[in-house]
Amino acid sequence: MVDLSVDLGRGLILANPVMPASGTFAEGLARVIDLNGIGALVTKTITEELRGGNLTPRVAEVSNGMLNSIGIPSKGITYFLEHTLPFYRQFTAPLIVSISAPTVDAFARAAARLNVPGIAGIEANISCPNIEEDGKAFAMRPGTTEQAVSAMREVTDLPLWAKLTPNTGDIAAVARAAEKAGADAVVVANTILAMSIDIETMRPTLGNVMGGLSGPAFKPIALRMTYQCARAVNIPVIGCGGIATANDAVEYLLAGAAAVQVGTATFTRPNAMNEVIAGLTEYCRRKGFNRVTDLQAALNAEMLIPDVMEAAQ
Amino acid sequence: MRQPENSAVTPPVDPFSALAADTSARVLRNEWVNAEYKLIVLDAPGLAASAEAGQFFNIECPVVGEDKPFFRRPMSTYAADAETGQVEFLYKVAGAGTRGLATLLDGQTVRILGPLGVGFTLPEHVRSIVIMGRGVGLATLAPLAEMAHRRGVAVTAVMSARGPEQVLSVDRFEATGAAVEIVLDSDGTSDLANVEAILRRLHAQGRADGFYTCGSNRLMLLMKRLAGELGIYGEVAMEQQMACGLGMCFCCVRNFDVDGETVSKRVCWDGPVFPLAEATSW
Repeated sequence: MVDLSVDLGRGLILANPVMPASGTFAEGLARVIDLNGIGALVTKTITEELRGGNLTPRVAEVSNGMLNSIGIPSKGITYFLEHTLPFYRQFTAPLIVSISAPTVDAFARAAARLNVPGIAGIEANISCPNIEEDGKAFAMRPGTTEQAVSAMREVTDLPLWAKLTPNTGDIAAVARAAEKAGADAVVVANTILAMSIDIETMRPTLGNVMGGLSGPAFKPIALRMTYQCARAVNIPVIGCGGIATANDAVEYLLAGAAAVQVGTATFTRPNAMNEVIAGLTEYCRRKGFNRVTDLQAALNAEMLIPDVMEAAQ
Repeated sequence: MRQPENSAVTPPVDPFSALAADTSARVLRNEWVNAEYKLIVLDAPGLAASAEAGQFFNIECPVVGEDKPFFRRPMSTYAADAETGQVEFLYKVAGAGTRGLATLLDGQTVRILGPLGVGFTLPEHVRSIVIMGRGVGLATLAPLAEMAHRRGVAVTAVMSARGPEQVLSVDRFEATGAAVEIVLDSDGTSDLANVEAILRRLHAQGRADGFYTCGSNRLMLLMKRLAGELGIYGEVAMEQQMACGLGMCFCCVRNFDVDGETVSKRVCWDGPVFPLAEATSW
């Protein structure tokens, strides 16, 4: 028997380390799979204000992955609390609500409104533009990351995760800033900025020209960042980026992740999360691990000579 | 549904029952019906074969050579029969996804997620409807003619195409007893003024208390204008690029006119069939 449970801090224990990545999951999946088998449920990002979203086309397929520029359409937190939250209360899997905001104060206001029954934690999507800092994403820099996370920490006792952006030069420093500001975990990572062009129409394939790359093509980059962050902080790192199979998830856990998020894969295989959960059990059994958490310290590190380790910092 | 052995969560009180399934369907036939279109017939018993008119599936198209479709491809149901367990799709071989689909041989399998979305409805007051479509839109509308037939609703099908070769599924419509009017680009009968005259004549004859359309923006706009003017109930099946098909990714949005307000709706989740009165140009 393999123990798949994971402790993500502040009293939040998941039955297994697999959950959806924000933006790739909504009520519709309950039509196809039993959501109670999933470790946690993570909502699409909601904002205080109403947002319409970007021009279409909002997605494009690339080799082994996809680009998206959806634009965080949101009906606002009030609508979410009144109409969406009751749907999720019928499931036993803990609900993590992803929030975003254009300013530090707005992040705090949004976080403060989520202290209600049925919400088990907050994932702060700090990968969005900060309008007080020239539109640069909060998580591009340690300073703005610390400001946003601190402001939320002051107003909530819920587990608070910071979702980091890969569009930064030093993600380990950003992860340390989130930890210092009181984050209970970091999610590594959001999508990486990318673009593609249709050579027949000679137009960008996305209505918004640029968008985020996700899917298997992005996995090695997000895995490297997960590894860097896991070495840099003492809080749990939740790996995210291109996980489509149990083998992908095992790689992230070996890289130091405490849990994983499955995103784009659910678009093409709606049962992907359950397949990852089943495959993790099989892997642990085959390799003789009694607890999935044992994988976190199991990376064979013989090759990690000091120079390589320094380069990875 | 597989649960982790040590799962701390209690099982739901009610056992989980799915409304859509990711079915591994077996190919029974995959044949050309003209120079551009193929018909694939699948053995897909269970939920898939319960698809209603206007509902769709998200289909995992095989990777073949340089064609590596990453997303699934949404396709409207051409036929679904719960008794035989068969599901059919009529598709134009046009891009990386459908080129891959076209290579499937009898006995091979393909994953189809569905049935998805909101299908056509026939309100109680409707006794005689006009179904008007063009191109592959006619494939979407064929099951509606059969649904109307089962409900005792008379159907006139106005089928628009470039030329006689591109008029698809006439036999499907005729088998339901539908009156078929074919309008073509090649002889000029598909001209909007002529189509408008046909619709007005059908209305004057009491044969149009419902309008249903798919596959052409200009035909939709014509039907919407006449439906508004003549007070006719109407529905339109929309297409849009999709990724998940389950309302999760928010990529397949279109704008709709709801009581004078522009509202963004997901084609996969709120549709693909929408009230004609709410439709806007695409």
